[in-house]
Amino acid sequence: MTDQDKILAEVTQSDYKYGFFTDIETEIIEKGLNEDVIRTIWEKKNEPDFMLDFRLDAYRKWQKMKMPNWAYLKVPPFDFQSISYYAAPKKKPKYQSLDEVDPELLETFKKLGIPLDEQKHLAGVAVDAVIDSVSVKTTFKEVLAEKGIIFCSFSEALQEHPELVRKYIGQSVPVADNFFAALNSAVFSDGSFCYIPKGVRCPMELSTYFRINAANTGQFERTLIVADDDSYVSYLEGCTAPMRDENQLHAAVVEIIALDRAEVKYSTVQNWYPGDKNGKGGVYNFVTKRGICRGESSKISWTQVETGSAITWKYPSCILLGDNSIGEFNSVAVTNNHQQADTGSKMIHIGKNTKSTIVSKGISAGKSDNSYRGLVKVMPGASNSRNFSQCDSLLLNDTCGAHTFPYIEVGNKSSIVEHEATTSKIGEDQIFYCNQRGIDTEKAIGMIVNGYAKEVLNKLPMEFAVEAQKLLQISLEGSVG
Amino acid sequence: MSVVAEKADLSLKYTAHYNEVKEGLLEDSADILNAPRNQAFRDFVSQGIPTRKFENYKYTNLQPAFIPEYSFMHRREPVEVDLNNAFRCDVPQLDTHLAYIFNGWFYDRGSQVGNLPEGVILESIEKIAHEKPELLAKYATLAKTGDDPLVALNTAFAKDGYFLYVPKNTVLEKPIQLINFLQAEKDAFVTQRNFIYVEEGANVQVISCDHTLNLNTYLNNSVTEIFVGPNASFEFYTLQNQHNSTTNLNSVFISQSRDSKATTHYATLHGGLIRNNLKYILDGENAEANLFGMAFIDRKQHVDNFTQVVHAKPHCQSNQFYKNVLDDEATGAFAGRIHVVRDAQKTNAFQRNNNLLLTDKATMQTKPQLIIDADDVKCSHGATVGQIDEEALFYLRARGIEESKARLMMMNAFAYEVVQRINIEPLRNRINELVDKRLKGEVARCHDCAYNCDC
Amino acid sequence: MLSIKNLYVSIEGKEILKGINLEIKPGEIHAIMGPNGSGKSTLANVLAGKEEYEVTEGEITFMGEDLLEMAPEERALKGVFMSFQYPVEIPGVPMVNFLKTAVNELRKYRGEEELTAGEFLKLMREKKELVELDTQLTNRSVNEGFSGGEKKKNEIFQMALLEPKLSILDETDSGLDIDALKRVAHGVNALRNPENATIVVTHYQRLLEYIVPDFVHVLYQGKIVKSSGKELAFELEEKGYDWIKQENGL
Repeated sequence: MTDQDKILAEVTQSDYKYGFFTDIETEIIEKGLNEDVIRTIWEKKNEPDFMLDFRLDAYRKWQKMKMPNWAYLKVPPFDFQSISYYAAPKKKPKYQSLDEVDPELLETFKKLGIPLDEQKHLAGVAVDAVIDSVSVKTTFKEVLAEKGIIFCSFSEALQEHPELVRKYIGQSVPVADNFFAALNSAVFSDGSFCYIPKGVRCPMELSTYFRINAANTGQFERTLIVADDDSYVSYLEGCTAPMRDENQLHAAVVEIIALDRAEVKYSTVQNWYPGDKNGKGGVYNFVTKRGICRGESSKISWTQVETGSAITWKYPSCILLGDNSIGEFNSVAVTNNHQQADTGSKMIHIGKNTKSTIVSKGISAGKSDNSYRGLVKVMPGASNSRNFSQCDSLLLNDTCGAHTFPYIEVGNKSSIVEHEATTSKIGEDQIFYCNQRGIDTEKAIGMIVNGYAKEVLNKLPMEFAVEAQKLLQISLEGSVG
Repeated sequence: MSVVAEKADLSLKYTAHYNEVKEGLLEDSADILNAPRNQAFRDFVSQGIPTRKFENYKYTNLQPAFIPEYSFMHRREPVEVDLNNAFRCDVPQLDTHLAYIFNGWFYDRGSQVGNLPEGVILESIEKIAHEKPELLAKYATLAKTGDDPLVALNTAFAKDGYFLYVPKNTVLEKPIQLINFLQAEKDAFVTQRNFIYVEEGANVQVISCDHTLNLNTYLNNSVTEIFVGPNASFEFYTLQNQHNSTTNLNSVFISQSRDSKATTHYATLHGGLIRNNLKYILDGENAEANLFGMAFIDRKQHVDNFTQVVHAKPHCQSNQFYKNVLDDEATGAFAGRIHVVRDAQKTNAFQRNNNLLLTDKATMQTKPQLIIDADDVKCSHGATVGQIDEEALFYLRARGIEESKARLMMMNAFAYEVVQRINIEPLRNRINELVDKRLKGEVARCHDCAYNCDC
Repeated sequence: MLSIKNLYVSIEGKEILKGINLEIKPGEIHAIMGPNGSGKSTLANVLAGKEEYEVTEGEITFMGEDLLEMAPEERALKGVFMSFQYPVEIPGVPMVNFLKTAVNELRKYRGEEELTAGEFLKLMREKKELVELDTQLTNRSVNEGFSGGEKKKNEIFQMALLEPKLSILDETDSGLDIDALKRVAHGVNALRNPENATIVVTHYQRLLEYIVPDFVHVLYQGKIVKSSGKELAFELEEKGYDWIKQENGL
C-alpha cells in the first residue's frame, strides 16, 4: 500500500476524529468582558506594566468598533458577554519535565497525534502546545537556546524577554487594526513567541498546536515571530477542538516581522471543529495574520490548509515594506456541509521591486459557501513591483457556492499585476476514468482534489503535507451523493 | 464647513428640492411615471448619495459631484440653437435613424428619424406614458429604486428620455442613433429616463452618443431599461465624449429572454467623472450577453465601469471585456460581478479587464468578482494592470519603428481587441480613428463642436 | 561592415559572452554554431539591441559607427535585421499595418517618398512569392496564430521587404520541416548580394546545407573557440560538440 492509499483507507471511515473532550481541571474566570476582567487577566498572568496599557488601550478601542459585516458570511449574532475570556488548565503549567504534566493532557496530545516526547524529538520538530490559550509545554527549548533562538510561550516571553516583546508587539497588527484583533489584543491569554537572532537558520521546524478544550470560552492566542537580519525559520501551526453543540469563538492574532534578508515560512493546518452535518456547533474562526517584510530582500510566505471551523474569516497578509521583499500566500480551503469560509490574502507593495504571489484553491461541497477575498495594492513608490494571483474554485455539487472577490489597486506604472480566476466543476470524465480503473467515486474525488491542491500542498513541510492530505479527504467525506 | 455638516446639508438640499418640485413633477406626468416617484425618493434618502463607504461605490465618491448649485431640468425648455448646425456627429457614412435628446428631453424637431419600419416607435417617453402606457407596463421593474440611490433619484425625477419599441420579427437595417447632449445657461442637473423594448425575433442596433455643448458644469443621471425578447438580437453602442466638468452617471439594465443575444459596447473618450452601471439579467435559457468597454482618459478624469451579470437560467453565456488606458493623473475603476444563481447549470461566464498605466500618477482599481451557486459551470475572470509588453515593443523597434510610434501602435492594438467587436463597420472605423487621435494626445471629439472648447 | 571587439555581455549579473571577436565583410555569410547555452542567441540579441543585456566590455562597430550607442530602431534603419528565434505575437496589430509602417519608416530615413497603400500592397505581393507566404497570413495580427514554420517564413518575408545590410538569422531552422527549411533558405539565398552580409546562428549543420557559409565559428561558454571554413560545420556534425570541448581542453 502506498502512503496515499493508506491515508485514503484510513479516512474513509472517520468523522471529525479530534472531537473528543479532555476532562482536565480548568480554571475559568467569570463570563463577560469589562476593564476588571482585563486587569484580572493581566494580574493572573503577572505581566509587565506596559501590557496593561496595551490591553486597556485595545479594549477601549474595541468598544467603539463594530463587528465587520463585509464578508460573504452569515454570522449569527454573537454575545461577547456570554463567554469567558480566560480558561487555563488548573495545574499551572510550570513543568520541568514531561512527568509533571497532567496525564490527561498528555493523553490529549496523543489523541491529537502530537507526541511531546521522544517521537517528536526524532521527527526534529520543536513543539509549543497551547490548550485553551495557555501554553502547556514547549519542547526542544534548550537545543534552540544554544543558537540563541527564543521559542517559548507568550507568557514566558513577557516574563523573560519583556523588552523584545514590547519592541515588536503590535507592529504588524496594531491594536485597533480590526474588531477581532482589538478584542484579541485586549484579552489574549497566551500563545507563542519566537525570535531568531541575526544570521541564524533555525535548524528545525517550530510548531505550535492549538486546542480549544473548555466549553463556553473563547480562544484568543497570540503569536509573535521576529526574524532578525539574515535569519530563517519555518513555523507550523495546527488547530483542533472538541465537538460541541454550541459555537466556540476563536480570535487569534499572528504577527511576523522579517528584518533584512530574513525569511519566515508560516504553515497552518486549521482543523477546528466545523460543526455537524446540520450545521450545529463548530468554531467561529476570526483570525488576523499579518507579516511585515520590514527589511530589504526579506521574505514571508503563508501556506494554509483550511478544512475546519464553522466560519472562517482570515486573510494572512504581507506588507512589503523593504525593497526587493517577497510575499507569498498559498491556500487550500475546503468547505463542506454548512461551513462558511471567507479567506484570502492582502499584499501591500510599498518597497521597490517587491514581488508577491497568491495561489488560492477553494473546494466547496455540501451546502457550504467558500469565498476568496484578496487585496493587491501597489503604492506609487513601489516601482517595478510584480504580483501574480491565481484563484481557482472547484465545486463538488450544485448546492454549494464558490465566490471570488479580488481587489486590485495599482498606482505605479512600472508594476505589473495579474489576476486569474477560474471556477469549475470536478471533471466527470476524470472521475469516470478513475471508476473505469476500479477506483470508487469517493476515492477518485479525493485523488482529484489532492491533485488540484497539490501546488499548495507541496509548499508544506513534509509531515504537515501528509496530515493535510488526510484532512482534505476527511473533510469531503459524504460530499458525493 | 465640516464634512459632516456638508453631507447633512446635501441630503437636506435634495430633499428640500424634491418637496419643492414634487407637485410640478406629478402634475404634468402620466400615472405610470408618477406611481413610483415618492417611494423612489424615500429610497434615495435612505440610501444617501454614494461615497466610498458604499461597497458598490468603493472607488467613486459621488458626494462632491452633488455639491454644486445646479439648475434642475425638470421642464422641457425651448431649444435655442439649431442642433443640426451646432452639432454634426460626423461618423462618416453612418446612415442612421437619428434623434436628439437635449438636457434629458427627447427633442422631436430637427431629428432625422427617417422612415422607420412599420410598428417601430422612437418617441419621447413622456408622450408614450400619456398615450400608450400599456407599452410601459414594465417601467421601473428592472431598475429597482431600493438597490441603488442613483436609480432611486432618477425615478423620483424622471420626466422624459427616449422610448424605443421594435415589434415582433422586425429587423432594422439601419441603426438607431441617439445623441444626448447637454447645454444649459447655468450649471445643470439633468435626469434622463429611457426605455427600450425589443420583441421576439426582432433585431436592432442602437448608438447612443453623449456630448456637452458648452463649458457649464453638468451632472447627468440617466437610467435605461431594456427588454430583449426571445430570439431577439440587440446591440447597444455608447460613445462618451463630454468635457471635464461633467459627471455622467449612466445606469443601464438589460433583461434577456431565451435564445436572445445582447451586446453593449462603451467607448469612453472624454469626461470628468463617469460611472457606468450596467446590469444584465439572463432570464431565459440559451441567452448570450456581451459586455465590452474601453476608456482612454487623462488629466484628472475618472471612469468607473461597474457591471453585474446575473445568470438566472441555465445554458447561458456571458463575455466581458474591458480595457482602460490611463494617462496623467487619471483614475480608473472596474468592478465586474458574475453571479450564477442556484440551478443555472451549464453556464459559461467569462470576464477580462486589462489596464495600461502610462504614468505613476494614474491609478487603476479593479475588482472582478465571481459568485457561483451552481456547479456545472465554467467561469473565469482575469485582470491585469501593467504596461506595454516590452517583448513586442522590441520586435517593432527591431523592424525600424521608432519607439514612440511603436508604443502608439501597441496602445492601438491594446484597444483594438475591444474596438474590433463593434459590428457597425463605419462606426468601428470612426472609433478606431478617434482612439488613435486620443492616444496621440490630439483632442478627439465625435463632433465638430461649434464651441471648440478644449476642456 | 561589422566589427566586434572583445565583447563581454552579462544578463542579470551573469556573464554570458566572454570576449567575442568577429569581423564581417560585405558579401559574406558567417555561421555561428554552438551547443545550447553557449551564448549564440545572446550575441544575436545584443546586435539587435535588446535592453536586458548589459555590455560590460568591448565594442561593436557597424559601417564604421558605434552600434552599441544606437536604439534598436536606429540599428534597424541602418540595416541590421534580426530574424527572431521566437517571433512574438502581437494581438491587435494588423500585419499589413505593421509592415507598411516599417517600410515607410525606412523610406523616410533614406529620404525616399513613403509608399502609398497601393504601392505597398504591390511590393508585398512581390516579396511574398519569394518565401511562398500564404497570402491570408498578412490579414492577421502580427504573428498571431501563425504556425512555427509560418512565423519563420514571415521573418524572411520581412527581411525581403526591408532589404537589410546585415541579417542575423537566430535559429531560423528550429522547428521547421524540410520543405519549409528549403523555402526559407531559398529566400535568404535569393536576397544575397555582394553588398550585404548574413550571420546564421544555428545549433545544427542542417540549415548550412542550404545556406552555404563562408566562415563557421564555434561558440562555446561565451567564447569563439574555433573559426574555419564551411568544412568545420560538417566536421562538427560528424564529431559532435564534445570534440570541440576536448580539443580545447574544456
